[in-house]
Amino acid sequence: MISFPILSLLVFLPLAGVLFLLFVRGDAETVARNSRNTALLTSLFTFGLSIYMYMGFDGTSAELQFVEKLPWLPGLNINYKVGVDGISIFFVLLSTFLTPICILASWESIEHRVKEYMISFLLLETMMLGMFCAVDLMLFYIFFEGVLIPMFVIIGVWGGKRRVYSAFKFFLYTLLGSVLMLLAILYLYNTYGTTDIPELSNLAIPANVQKWLWLAFLASFAVKVPMWPVHTWLPDAHVEAPTAGSVILAGVLLKMGGYGFLRLSLPVFPDASVYYAPWIFGFSVIAVIYTSLVALAQEDMKKLIAYSSVAHMGFVTIGIFAMNQNGFDGAMFQMLSHGVVSAALFLCVGVIYDRLHTREIVPKYATIFMVFMLASVGLPGTSGFIGEFLVLLGAYQVNTTVTALAATGVVLGAAYMLYLYKRVVFGELVKSDVKAMKDVDGREIAIFLPMIGLVFWMGIYPSSFTAPMAPALGKVLERVAPARQALLEARAPAAAEKKAEEAAKTAEEQPAVTTEPEAAPAEAEPAKEPEKTEEEPKKKKGKKHK
Amino acid sequence: MEFIAVFAPLIGCLAAALFAWKDDEEGHGPAQVLTCGLMVIAAIMSGLLFYKINIAATMAPKTIVLFNWISSGTLNLNWSLKFDQLSAVMVLVVNFVSCAVHIYSVGYMHHDKRRALFQCYLSLFTFAMLMLVTSANFVQLFFGWEGVGVASYLLIGFWHHKDSANRAAIKAFVVNRIGDFGLALGIFAVFMVFGSLDFDKVFAAVPATNDVVVEFLGQQFNAITLIGFLLFVGAMGKSAQLGLHTWLPDAMEGPTPVSALIHAATMVTAGVFLVARMSPIYEYAPLAREFITVIGALTALVAATIAITQFDIKRVIAYSTMSQLGYMFFAAGVSAYSAAMFHLFTHAFFKALLFLGAGSVIHAMSDEQDMRRMGGIYKLIPFTYVVMWIGSLALAGVPPFAGFFSKDTILEANFAAHSQVGLFAYWCGITAAFLTAFYSWRLIFMTFHGTPRADEKVMAHVHESPKIMTIPLAFLAAGALGAGALAIFFVGESRGSFWGNSIFVLEQNDVLERIHHIPQWAKLLPTGVGIAGILLAFLFYVRKRHMPAMMAGMFSGIHNFFFRKWYFDELYDRIAVIPSFFLGNKLWKTGDGAIIDGFGPDGVASTVKAGSDKAHALQSGYIFHYAFAMIIGVVAIITAYVFYAHRQGF
Repeated sequence: MISFPILSLLVFLPLAGVLFLLFVRGDAETVARNSRNTALLTSLFTFGLSIYMYMGFDGTSAELQFVEKLPWLPGLNINYKVGVDGISIFFVLLSTFLTPICILASWESIEHRVKEYMISFLLLETMMLGMFCAVDLMLFYIFFEGVLIPMFVIIGVWGGKRRVYSAFKFFLYTLLGSVLMLLAILYLYNTYGTTDIPELSNLAIPANVQKWLWLAFLASFAVKVPMWPVHTWLPDAHVEAPTAGSVILAGVLLKMGGYGFLRLSLPVFPDASVYYAPWIFGFSVIAVIYTSLVALAQEDMKKLIAYSSVAHMGFVTIGIFAMNQNGFDGAMFQMLSHGVVSAALFLCVGVIYDRLHTREIVPKYATIFMVFMLASVGLPGTSGFIGEFLVLLGAYQVNTTVTALAATGVVLGAAYMLYLYKRVVFGELVKSDVKAMKDVDGREIAIFLPMIGLVFWMGIYPSSFTAPMAPALGKVLERVAPARQALLEARAPAAAEKKAEEAAKTAEEQPAVTTEPEAAPAEAEPAKEPEKTEEEPKKKKGKKHK
Repeated sequence: MEFIAVFAPLIGCLAAALFAWKDDEEGHGPAQVLTCGLMVIAAIMSGLLFYKINIAATMAPKTIVLFNWISSGTLNLNWSLKFDQLSAVMVLVVNFVSCAVHIYSVGYMHHDKRRALFQCYLSLFTFAMLMLVTSANFVQLFFGWEGVGVASYLLIGFWHHKDSANRAAIKAFVVNRIGDFGLALGIFAVFMVFGSLDFDKVFAAVPATNDVVVEFLGQQFNAITLIGFLLFVGAMGKSAQLGLHTWLPDAMEGPTPVSALIHAATMVTAGVFLVARMSPIYEYAPLAREFITVIGALTALVAATIAITQFDIKRVIAYSTMSQLGYMFFAAGVSAYSAAMFHLFTHAFFKALLFLGAGSVIHAMSDEQDMRRMGGIYKLIPFTYVVMWIGSLALAGVPPFAGFFSKDTILEANFAAHSQVGLFAYWCGITAAFLTAFYSWRLIFMTFHGTPRADEKVMAHVHESPKIMTIPLAFLAAGALGAGALAIFFVGESRGSFWGNSIFVLEQNDVLERIHHIPQWAKLLPTGVGIAGILLAFLFYVRKRHMPAMMAGMFSGIHNFFFRKWYFDELYDRIAVIPSFFLGNKLWKTGDGAIIDGFGPDGVASTVKAGSDKAHALQSGYIFHYAFAMIIGVVAIITAYVFYAHRQGF
């Protein structure tokens, strides 16, 4: 195993680049060139380090690894504590993977204040990594909010015409959530005297308290996801942000909400999470259908992809709150896949923007765009399919109506993406300078090739991703299992008895179908298959004899 | 051998993609040779497999596991190749027709600047189709299912400079997605009921799950019936059954070889294959089967009525395909899965032949597709003329051509089923058979006979297609002539060993056993109406040419109804497409813009701003304003004090 503090090194490595950049002097061109090179090298090195860390990561364990703990505010029992498990490590990798791509994508398109731009991006990387690695709630909060600052600057300084409006809208939405989350954190700290997330995840907080605190956290996470109806900042932010800003926004920042649910809401407030799950289902289904329809009507490419992001994130929240292994795996996978695919789609848009805001059929570009378009549509064999499929498979076991409604989003998704592709790639020439548009160059192929590889890898051999995340997700499942059990029993106490009888009968008649009547939460079971306890009551519910 | 049969097209696809990626056209020749060569090898391999597995039965059915695909909780899926009797038949059909189409395309597309890409897409399609038919679980089947959909999308829209082609491609994909939506829900239901998605495990558990009830959309359903219905929705989309068929005629915008391969011989028959593969499920879902029978029968009839009014040569054949797919489904609906598969098999040959023959006509007529501007060319392209006759004879079910055996078996099976839906399907099928013969010869007479209606420039240009196009036609014509000879294996005495365990039929549903006992007239009627249809077409389009126009005039209402394709497109536009865009716009402008932003961030911002503006106005800086405010304030406080003090009785 790795003995040196690799996580801290990883988190703060981009800051070293920032430090170096602060001292870059000379004429504008030299500064720009040096800034680009430094930022790229730093981010590549960070990516390499994260890969090295992943190689030392034990995918069979559900525990936090590479944990570092230093007293931070010693008298107050608040620590600098970082660590990664099967959930967070993939987000760490996603962040380190996308940052160099963003920097490469800004190579030519950013011409003024290059140094400041690169500093913002490296700062952003530190904040993202810190957020995903933090195991202490206070630390998490600081990074969680810290992410906003460089993002706000990137949109506000290097954005389009209405950048200030967009930046403020973005800030207003997220600020509201942050304040409430901070209050909830303070309450937790005051009442339980700790901000250590694993410790908090083992507390038995009274259910009615959970419900309030859960809502406070929701306010923050829902904005980040973004869930309907607090999503309207996203299209504006995407439209105004520079391409790389959109990439990181769609690729990583939108995952903060889903990550927050998995890391905090579910483990710390299991009862409240179960209690509110139907509401989340409702809002997610609205998000999927509503934003898919809105996406159909969009004329602006960036806005369309932004709305499609909201729809895709709707699947994530459905998967998380389905609360079974399929749903969890699907939600995680959907987040990772969306991180790559939507990022790539924004890059595809960026390629067009870079070329005089034009469009004309260019075969290589058309092919690359096609791959990501199909991945976004959820074509089997690409990453997009696995996430959607597992989410819907998991949700079906909980609620068929929700699944059927959400699945209409898949049909609509095909409609708006193909319609977009037709207009962008096959559309008629609008401007005359279009004919001058060149096909993608070497730098752009270097950006897209790894992403295409990843899309197919995730689609054809997804087990390499789902296997290491399963134990950590299993732990979360175990945590929410008793609450779900209780709810199911409370909902139909009479029916449960009847079902138990029937199940006994069923078990005699149908050896092929698993319907063991004992569905006690099995703590001792290996974390790999805790969803068994989950599915049993559901299955029985489904199997009534005439 | 199995690996070569399945993966040769993939290799061809990837190699052709590399050639197509380059900017110059140098690689196009090698790409064509490579893809065609690999397809020839694959076709030979699948012929051998078919012989070994089905005919000689020297090779046992087997499943080859490649590697793990998805594992999540109790769900564990592998990439695998399932070779049993059913998939061997499909692999043969797919590879054989695909091989013919690959070679034909070299000639047909020789002007095109993206020929390598075209071959790449054809091979991609073939591979996806092979993955579909050799799947051992529902999800790999879904992979192939959507994979062929994408290849179809790419190929329909191949000539992307035509806006109609782009529209047709999108329509095909989206309508198919609606079907896939049902299929996916069916797969979820299978997993929930059976806890597995492997065919073998699920099929083994079906009999014991016969009367399980599940909840779906708040209603209680029999699990097997529900699954049967949902899976069939997928089949309806892919196989263009009534309701989800509107994409197929439009798909004719693609190059003709594509229509032959995808929209006649293979992809559109995937739905039939699905139902045959799911026979262990459908045998326990009689309600779902009745539904299939009715939908299939209606499709066969409706498509035939549309076909008799169309003028585009490819659209006539497209509606004919839709109609024939209906036959396959109503065969499967009465448990005659093997008859459905037999018709699929023979249909693949003669329909691909008809399409490629039509392509040869279009090629000769300088890309003209309207039959009203053809005529009088049979002497100029005699080979094409002959193969079109062969294809049409097979389609109309004239003995001893292939279609006679399969179509007759289907109609007899439905008669023998002795059920109401079976008889309904029989009479729909008889009517459709009459119309089929009529529109087939209408096509032949309009295209080849009479006086030339094209202009002289086109007529001067009419020429027989090159060898590279006619040789594949000859092979397919041989199939259309001779495939009927396999009837003894597919639906005759040897069918038990031919199909093995790959198709499951409950004993009481075995209609193929009963077809020997049906009355003679019921057996002869299909052929009789076929010949009658031919004679009527002869009367209308050769002898009394004024008749069609006269009839169309006399029955203008019904003719218009058929000609406009029963107004399905208009209906869907009204109830689905236009409302979706309208709703999208409304939700965007009103929902997001006016309501959420209006009350949310913008509202808050403007309220705060308005408030601060007012507060700002208060701070005027004039001392008398402040003094005035102070006095008012003091007066107000005193008044309030006095008022309250008085009320409380001080």
